[in-house]
Order: sequence, then structure tokens, then C-alpha cells
Amino acid sequence: MEEFKIPKPPRTNYLNAEYGIKSWLLTRDHKRIAVLYLGGISFFFLIGSLYAMAIRLELLTPQGDLVQSSTYNKMFTQHGIIMVFFFLIPSIPATLGNFLVPMMIGAKDLAFPRINLLSWYIYMIGGFITIYALLAGGVDTGWTFYTPYSTTFSNSYVLATGLGIFINGFSSILTGLNFIVTIHTMRAPGMTWYRLPLFIWSHYATSLIMILGTPVIAITILLLAIERLAHVGIFDPASGGDPVLFQHLFWFYSHPAVYIMVLPSMGVVSELIANFSRKNIFGYKFVAFSSLAIAVFGFLVWGHHMFVASQSIYAGMIFSFLSFAVAIPSAIKVFNWTATLYKGSISYDTPMLYGLGFIGMFLIGGMTGLFLASLATDVHLSDTYFIVAHFHYIMVGGALFGYLGGLHYWWPKISGRMYPEGWGRFSALVVFVGFNLTFSPQFILGYMGMPRRYHTYPVDLVSWQVLHVLSTAGASILGVGLLIPLIYLAWSLRYGRIADANPWGLPGLEWQTPSPPPTENFLETPIVHAEAYEFAPPETKEVVGKFEKQTPAET
Amino acid sequence: MSEHIVYPRVYIAIFFVLMVGTVLTVLAAFQDFPGPLNAVVALTIAVIKATFVVLYFMHVRYSGRLVWLVIASALFWLAIMFALTISDYSSRSWMPI
Amino acid sequence: MPEGLATTHDEHAAHSALQHHFENMEQQREAGTLGMWVFLVTEIMFFGGMFLAYTLYRYKYPGAFAAASNHLDIKLGAINTVVLIVSSFTMAMAVFTTQVGRRKASIIYLIATMVLGLAFLGIKAVEYREKYHDSLIPGQLIPGRPFNPEVAKHGDTDPKKLHLPEGVSVRHVEMFYWIYFAMTGMHALHMIIGEGIMLVILIMAVRRRFSPEYHAPVEITGLYWHFVDIVWIFLFPLLYLLGRHMEGHM
Repeated sequence: MEEFKIPKPPRTNYLNAEYGIKSWLLTRDHKRIAVLYLGGISFFFLIGSLYAMAIRLELLTPQGDLVQSSTYNKMFTQHGIIMVFFFLIPSIPATLGNFLVPMMIGAKDLAFPRINLLSWYIYMIGGFITIYALLAGGVDTGWTFYTPYSTTFSNSYVLATGLGIFINGFSSILTGLNFIVTIHTMRAPGMTWYRLPLFIWSHYATSLIMILGTPVIAITILLLAIERLAHVGIFDPASGGDPVLFQHLFWFYSHPAVYIMVLPSMGVVSELIANFSRKNIFGYKFVAFSSLAIAVFGFLVWGHHMFVASQSIYAGMIFSFLSFAVAIPSAIKVFNWTATLYKGSISYDTPMLYGLGFIGMFLIGGMTGLFLASLATDVHLSDTYFIVAHFHYIMVGGALFGYLGGLHYWWPKISGRMYPEGWGRFSALVVFVGFNLTFSPQFILGYMGMPRRYHTYPVDLVSWQVLHVLSTAGASILGVGLLIPLIYLAWSLRYGRIADANPWGLPGLEWQTPSPPPTENFLETPIVHAEAYEFAPPETKEVVGKFEKQTPAET
Repeated sequence: MSEHIVYPRVYIAIFFVLMVGTVLTVLAAFQDFPGPLNAVVALTIAVIKATFVVLYFMHVRYSGRLVWLVIASALFWLAIMFALTISDYSSRSWMPI
Repeated sequence: MPEGLATTHDEHAAHSALQHHFENMEQQREAGTLGMWVFLVTEIMFFGGMFLAYTLYRYKYPGAFAAASNHLDIKLGAINTVVLIVSSFTMAMAVFTTQVGRRKASIIYLIATMVLGLAFLGIKAVEYREKYHDSLIPGQLIPGRPFNPEVAKHGDTDPKKLHLPEGVSVRHVEMFYWIYFAMTGMHALHMIIGEGIMLVILIMAVRRRFSPEYHAPVEITGLYWHFVDIVWIFLFPLLYLLGRHMEGHM
């Protein structure tokens, strides 16, 4: 890579270029919008966590002594809705993606800055409508809104919540649209597709899912709402309708949605593993195409949520087979990350700890998914705590770990400050321990038959209570572990060590501009000559036989 | 990508094709074809009309590969949604293994 | 020039409509057009869900769907189809005349498209009102006027009454009307939005904002409008024509 003189940090960067609340609320700068999203995401995560606390507290004892069952139904429903729609789906794309996609490709902004701002407003409006619904009385249908309970029998705020989620869907669609157009049309000179960081490939694949899947949940919620309002409908057996059609339409989106949640995190992990091993990613093209493959295959497997819902056994077999197939590209990524680590120069900074944690936790989550893809075992495990453990390993151990790792990794770029490394590593370990203690007992509970969405369990099954107590203890530790970064990240904004343009010493394009970046990202449009993750200058590569041999550069 | 200007004579021609298609589809609707052919004929005519609108009115005939890819993807995903859902409904009545 | 790769800064003055984050007008146009295509993909999937529901229930209840469809006004449906096709033509002409700089002609074509769109909506309103009077609006969407059409007795040929063959349930006819209103209603909503977009474009055209160098917004609006036309091209035969071949001997 040629010598690139990083210019002295200009006095104005995107944070201090303009002052005042109007300059934030009417901004077109993707970086400011990312920060706005960071605020919103953190807020909704907090709300979702409160419901999680309520759930875990109730399950400490076998009796239903903390809340009534109808209230408990609302607790887990609302935990799911807030976490899925208002935290997991937007988290990485809307914060890290919005901030970094233009920077990583060498652009000044996303293709449609005003649409980007609009997507934030839509997100906040959808979120507040949902919060209103929760405060007004809540919703108790489960985050999956299965009919006919949601259309006909539930007396809770289904419509208001549905409206909030419907509106929020547009935020997702607009974000995905913006990313796809930006990546296709605004790459800097020399930034060919195969030089793109894998973070970009993941976000591209995620955007494909957002575009193709979200409209289907939109129409599903609309049909549900009209049926609830008009008392006749497409899902009502009395009219000749089929409640399972709701499930088909719902899961057509909601399964790919889990890939919306995990693919960006995988993109972050690719960045973390390569950069903190100071080594080029192993099998770049395989990882890039695996992201696309996950996006495509992810749309072919939704029926595995309906194996016991009266779906035809033949369709079940097709979906089961395809569900095994979708594990393959994910596995390819895990192997490639591991191969990247091999003989790398690994530094165990906080982001890397989260990245390594991701690999382990995602592995467990993914492997346990295979039990669920298999028709026969799924019959036993369906609607038990095994499922709860499975998806939390992926959503928390996978998506959340990637989010935290990325947040720490790019924190100096976003804020211009370093977080305290000691506290970072400490909280990463606390989170890791707390997380595993929370969810690994749940695998056992599920296997033993504890159903999900129940707030009581048999008093005489002492082992169940032991496991639940362990789980709740873990949740408390996890909660503490997640609060610590909240504190030190906020602290660092004022007292943290000032970060220079490239505090980690890495080759990525986003590190070749000051921290925090100026509003237009780059003082001059960069021209890209290097491949992604190029840690050694190209002149030192010498082809020996079939292999490229790296020799130290002549000085 | 240089921009292609499509001249009115092309649009007029396509307009007539669409009108003919509309007349045909109404006439065909009243003919009693055997089996599911009525639906097949109606959908075929609709697809042909839509194709002309896409290719000429929406300029896809003169557009780059990316636009074709976008359209093809949308149709492919629609096909997935239809095919796999219908596979459930149509196989529910099959003999159990 | 390879797709998507920007040039470095040009020396000559930027077009007044060039946004600061784009390198040149060509990139801006490409991005805008691709953006509209990606949005249309979401619309295809959105309507696709309803087409899926239609497909499943039509094959489950062919008799009810045919009987219900025959009760729709084929003349109004056909007229609306023609109206939309003409409006697609005028929209395409609006794009062409803007591209070659014929501003007055482009304004006339835009107005024509909007008028035709309003005509479509007007005819739709007439149809909906008819359904309201015949109590064909499903469920309790209209409180106090539930679904309760007058069913013709055997031998009665009154076209204003619903003709149901043997064994066909009125509930399944109601299902058809649910789908009919959902699909045509959603389509009409998209047309109303399209009218709004065209109004904005019309005002911009009147204010001389467009030229052969800058006409992308008109082109992009055209894409949206043509898509709405295509949805109707499928809705018309699927909703209005599906049972006509059985009419008379059901």
C-alpha cells in the first residue's frame, strides 16, 4: 500500500461541524444519523431487557407468584417484539452500517441521505407507537401473532402494536434500499467488488433480505389488522380461511429476518478476526459468497417453524432438507474465520474477545439448530426451552456479541475517543459468563420438557428449579455485564483518551481518515489500489512455485 | 451508461399491442376452454402485456444487466414464496407415508 | 467506465440539481433509477402476498370465486384497464418530451396522465358504491351494513342479484370480496400516492426544473406509474374474468 499521509485532524469533524438540536434532527449526514439510531437502539434494548428481567424473576420459583399468567403472556410477547423488531433487526445496519458503509467504499454519504433520515424518524415513530401500546395495556399474543388468537380472541392491543411494527418495517426497507444502491453506484475509483471489506458484503446480503422479505410481513400485518377490525377474513376457518396461511406469510419474512439479525454481525466478525489477527481473511471469496448464499437459502426454510402446525409432511421434508443446507454457508464462514486465526498475530483486545466469543456461541447456536431442523427431534423440542436457548445463543451470543465488538472496535472512529481497555475486557468476560450461565441450562430444561411461554412449572421437579435459578443468576450477571459498557462508553466521551485516525494501525479505508471523520468523510476522494485486509505491501509478494511467498520489504 | 431515448412510434406500437391484448383477454374469458386452460390463457396474455410494459415503457430493453438482475430476482423470490407455500397446501391430501 | 466507479472531481461547474454526495449527474441518475427499481421489488413482494392468498383460495373454492367474480361489473373493469393503459402511454410520452426538452408537451402529458388516473379512481369509487348498496362489503368493515347480498333464487335471472350454483357457500363468496377489496383497495391507494408524486413532478416541470440534462425524476415517476399499471393488468383478469366462461351455465 502506498504511503498515505494522514492529514492533521481538521478542527471541524462531523460532531462539531454544526451545533444545536435542529442540526441533529434535520441532518443529512449518515454519521449523525447513525448516532441518532445508536440512541434509539440503546433505549429500546433497555426496555426489552426490563421485560427479560421480569421473565427471569418469575421463573425463579415454580409457582406463578410474581405475575398472573395473562401478565406473563404480555411480558414475553413484549420482550420478543421490542428485542426483535426494535433492537436486533436495526442494530448493526442502522448504527454501524449507516456509519461505515459509505466510509468503507470511499463515498461521501449514502445514495439517499434524506431517505436515511426519514428511516430514523419512521423507526422512532414505529417504536413510540409500540411503546404506547405496551403502556396502554400491552399485547399477549406472542411476538409471532398467531391467528386465530390474535385476530379473534385476544383482548390486548394487537392493532396498535401491529401498526408500530408495520411502520417500523419501512425503516428497514429504506435502509436496505439505501445500502444496495450505494454499494452498486458509489464505490470509489479502484474499489472493485472483490476489494470490498466483508462488512460490506454482509450488509449487501442483509439489504437483499430486508428488501425482499419485509414487504411480506407488512402485508401480513395488514391482513391481520383488517381481519381483526372487520371480523371476517383470510385466516378465519368460519369463512373458509386457513390460520396456517398466516404462519406461512409470517415466517416467510421472520425466518429471513433472523439472517438480517446475524449477517451484519458476521460481517463485523470478519473484520474483527482478520484485523486483530493482523492477517488477511482466509478464503475471502468464499466468505463473501457465503453471505449471499445465506441470504438466498434463508428464504427457502421458513416451514421449519411449522413442522407441528399441520403443515403437510412432504413440505416438511423439503423444508427440513433445506434447513440443513442453509447451515453450510454459515459453517464455511466459521471454518474460514478459524483458518484466518491460524498463525495470525492475535491481540486480545475487547473487540477481538467479542469476535472470538461470537464464533463459539454462534457455533453452539447453529449446531443446536440442526436438532430443530430434523423433523423427528423437532416434534419433541418444539415450543420448549430448547428453542429459546437455541435462538438466544444466536441472537445474543451471535448478533449482540458482534454488535458490542463492532461498537468497541469502531468507537474511536465514531467518537474520537478510546474506551478504557481494561474495563472493556472485564465486561466482555462478565457478559460471556453471564450469557452462558443464562442460556445453557435452558437447553437442558427444554430437553426435559419445560415448555416455553409458561410461567409455572411442576413444584416437585427440583432439577427444573435448580436450572431456572442458574439461568436467572446468569441473567443478572449478564445484565451487570451489559451495564458496565454503557457507563464507560459514556464516560469515554468526555474523559477517554483522544484517538488518532488509526488507533489500531489497520489498513481499512475507514482508518485512513481522521477520528472523528469530517462531514464529507474524506478530504479527497480516495483511490483504492489495495485488496481488502492487505497487511503486507504487495511489492514484497513473490511467487514461488504455486504459492505467493511474502518476504520482508527491502529498506 | 449512456441514456437511450425511446421514440414515440415505439410507444404507440406498444400501446396498440396492449389494447389488442386487452380485447383478446376479454374475448378469451368468455370461451369455455377445457380444464384449467382459461386461467392459463388469461395469465399468459397478462404476462405478455406486462412484459411489453416492462421492456418498452419502463425502458428495460435498453437498460443494463443490473436492472435485469433486479427484476429477475424479484420474480424468483415471488416464485419461491408461491412454490413452497403451494407445496404445503397441495400435498396435504397426499397419502401418508 | 466500469459500473459504479466514480470519477474524481470534475473541473466545470456542477449542475444546480447535483446533490453534494454524488460526483456527477450520471451517477445521481443511475442511483435514483436503481433506487426506484429496488423499491418496486418491495412492491412486487408486497402485492405478491395478496396474490398468493388469492391463488390458494381460488383453487380451494372455484365455484364461489367464479360466482362472485361474475357479479363484478366487467364493463367498468375493462374501461378501467383501457384507462390505465392509455395513462401508461401518456406517462411514457411525458418522459420522452422531457428528455427532448419539449416542456409544454411534457406538462400536457403529465396532466393527461393525472386526469386518467383520477378517472380510474372515479370509476373505482362508482364500483365500490355499488358494492356498498348491494351489501357486498365483507364482514363488519362497514358497521351496521354487514355482508348480506341478495341471493337469486333458482330460475331468477335478475343480474342485480348474486347467482350461486348448488353447494356454493356465501361465506366463500365473502372471502372473494375480502380479497377483491384488499387488492383493489391497495392498488387504488398506490394510485393515489402516484397522483401525489405526479403533482409534485408537474409543479417542478411548470417551474422549468427539468431539461434534457436533468429529467431523472420524471423517468423514476414513470417507473412507479407503469408498475401500478402492471398490477392492474394482472388484477383485471384474475378478479373480473375468472368465471366468465362459466356464466350462464353455472
